[in-house]
Amino acid sequence: MKVIKNNTVVNDAWQLVDDGAELPAGDVIVSLGRWQQERDALLARDGQVGVALTGDQDPAALADDLDQLPLIGLLFPKFTDGRNYSSARLLRERFGYKGELRALGNVLRDQLFYMQRCGIDAFALAEGRDADAALQSLRDFSKVYQDTGDSATPVWRLRGAV
Amino acid sequence: MYQYDNYDQTIVDERVAQFRDQTERFLAGQLADDEYRPLRLMNGLYLQRHAPMLRVAIPYGLLSSDQLRMLAHIARKYDKNYGHFSTRQNIQYNWPRLEQVPDILADLASVQMHAIQTSGNCIRNVTSDHLAGVAADEIEDPRPYCEILRQWSTFHPEFSYLPRKFKIAVTGATEDRAAVAVHDIGFYMTRNDTGEVGFRVLVGGGLGRTPYIGAIIREFLPKRDLLSYSEAILRVYNRFGRRDNKYKARIKILVNALGAAEFATRVEDEWQQMDRDALTLTDAALADIKRRFTTPDYQAFDGDAPAFAAKLGEDAAFKRWVSRNTHAHKLPGYRAVSVSLKTPERPPGDATDAQMDTLADLAERYSAAEIRVTHEQNLVFADVATQDLYALWQGLDALGLAVPNIGTLTDMICCPGLDFCALANAGSIPIAADITNAFNDYDYLYDIGELKIKMSGCMNACGHHHVGHIGILGVDKKGVEFYQLTLGGSAASDAVLGDRLGPALEKERVVPVIRSLLDVYLEHRQEDERFLDTYRRIGMTPFKDRVYGAEDEIRRSA
Repeated sequence: MKVIKNNTVVNDAWQLVDDGAELPAGDVIVSLGRWQQERDALLARDGQVGVALTGDQDPAALADDLDQLPLIGLLFPKFTDGRNYSSARLLRERFGYKGELRALGNVLRDQLFYMQRCGIDAFALAEGRDADAALQSLRDFSKVYQDTGDSATPVWRLRGAV
Repeated sequence: MYQYDNYDQTIVDERVAQFRDQTERFLAGQLADDEYRPLRLMNGLYLQRHAPMLRVAIPYGLLSSDQLRMLAHIARKYDKNYGHFSTRQNIQYNWPRLEQVPDILADLASVQMHAIQTSGNCIRNVTSDHLAGVAADEIEDPRPYCEILRQWSTFHPEFSYLPRKFKIAVTGATEDRAAVAVHDIGFYMTRNDTGEVGFRVLVGGGLGRTPYIGAIIREFLPKRDLLSYSEAILRVYNRFGRRDNKYKARIKILVNALGAAEFATRVEDEWQQMDRDALTLTDAALADIKRRFTTPDYQAFDGDAPAFAAKLGEDAAFKRWVSRNTHAHKLPGYRAVSVSLKTPERPPGDATDAQMDTLADLAERYSAAEIRVTHEQNLVFADVATQDLYALWQGLDALGLAVPNIGTLTDMICCPGLDFCALANAGSIPIAADITNAFNDYDYLYDIGELKIKMSGCMNACGHHHVGHIGILGVDKKGVEFYQLTLGGSAASDAVLGDRLGPALEKERVVPVIRSLLDVYLEHRQEDERFLDTYRRIGMTPFKDRVYGAEDEIRRSA
């Protein structure tokens, strides 16, 4: 899968696997349902396992599994569906998830800045998109107003008021 | 007036660069229509009936003279020499060219303005009381809290792709002059039992196809928790609001589906679990924002200027204007002045570039170089010394903007309607013109007294028709414009939705029917009841009978 990570474009071995499809060898990302049903078998395989959440799935469902998941995928069926922005923040800030949060689906460059600010740190761009050009959009703003749990310092702190 | 610091300026400048790049990619064919659409909407840019429409943000309705001059400049350079002030205290331009919008944004940024989040499914411009800071009935000036909300909501990464648009209003006064009850979130400043100032919190108000007056979900929220509680509400909405049907996607639908009590419980749960410390509004942060608001250089007067009292005695036209268009000020010797944009010459809420330039000059001379925009589509000079009122009145009169009709039936709210808007089903500006022309006798207008007519050209209700004392909704019946009237609505502290009068009317019947409704009112009025009070007392039947009963009689006799 071609992804943007750490400000560079890389190709890695993760594969998003449809429910019902046979599991390939290597690192796989499966649905929450499959994870819940086949958890032990998935952990017993060679290769890493990640789980992809849709916007209507409560990230609390993974709260007890976070240590076993090096990657959680967040599916954006349409780039205008913003539910997984909240899920990303909950995973990072409420549940303390330290692994990779990867945006999947209709992931376009003009939303990357927001995703990054919510704690998403890997972006699998939609088919046919120019990942190198998209890197620029991660730097759209040098200053931000909100404290959202990423590394950016909001301006009200920079102002020295607190 | 809030003054940007370097951080605020950097963010607005970077937005201009970002939008310029996005627009260039769109024009080069690298960004598809449906991918560019949400991006341009989050910059207030619509592709409309005749040309793009650009909505520029006027945060909580506050403008400096320099900013108003820039709005005039934009009208002159990029548009057809006018702008339209909207019910959300913003300004809209109807004729800009898409390729020039980045340049317009750069011009705006040069005077600390922008078009950020004036449309799209995100948190919109925060609105407030147009008498904020000068009203006598104020608990505290709401504008610092509006500015704090503006900053918090600007490019909020979690809430930039909400199910639908999201509107917040704040008032610090006991009388609601900002239609707070019909917002997604309404904050009313209030005191608790110990005298501490905080907010009463309303959610789920809204107009449109499914209008609701909002529900109070918290009686008292301490000031320090303004942002954390807002974030909790928005998170519940972002996660659980419907996304399958855009007409069911506003927070009001979620609040009503769950019930206000259950919605409140979910918000409280979220709020209890979240890291509130990071969002707590410290005394220092609040003081820092307040410090960056300039305050007018008030003079200490004992009371009204003697020359002002003399002019009132000499000039009946001036006296009439003072009694209709000026409002009490918290300080002796000052008045707040409404500049009516409901004139016979132009559509409601419109002002020309020349008018804006001269208004900016007048505000500089007579009102601390500040101008406010009201949700009723007028302008306000909030800090005028009574000794200057006569000169200001003359200046406004020379512009054709001393029309003494504030609060009367010709002071209508009116959306752009079929003349400009791609969504409209019927014209609203021509009906406003008919009403203005028909009711031009001031003695009659003043006898009728306060009457709020609000008019929308379609069910999206930008003209707030549901909450008009008389509401007018344009509908399309097989290609013909018809008008549905409602009675008894209010957007004030006694907010309520109006009731349907009866079947929609042909265009030419709107004015005669309003006259009939007013006849019924005058026949039944007791003492100084307003139209709304009489309606509440006697109910719909006498009005309905007069309008439709007569029709039945005509039919029977034919």
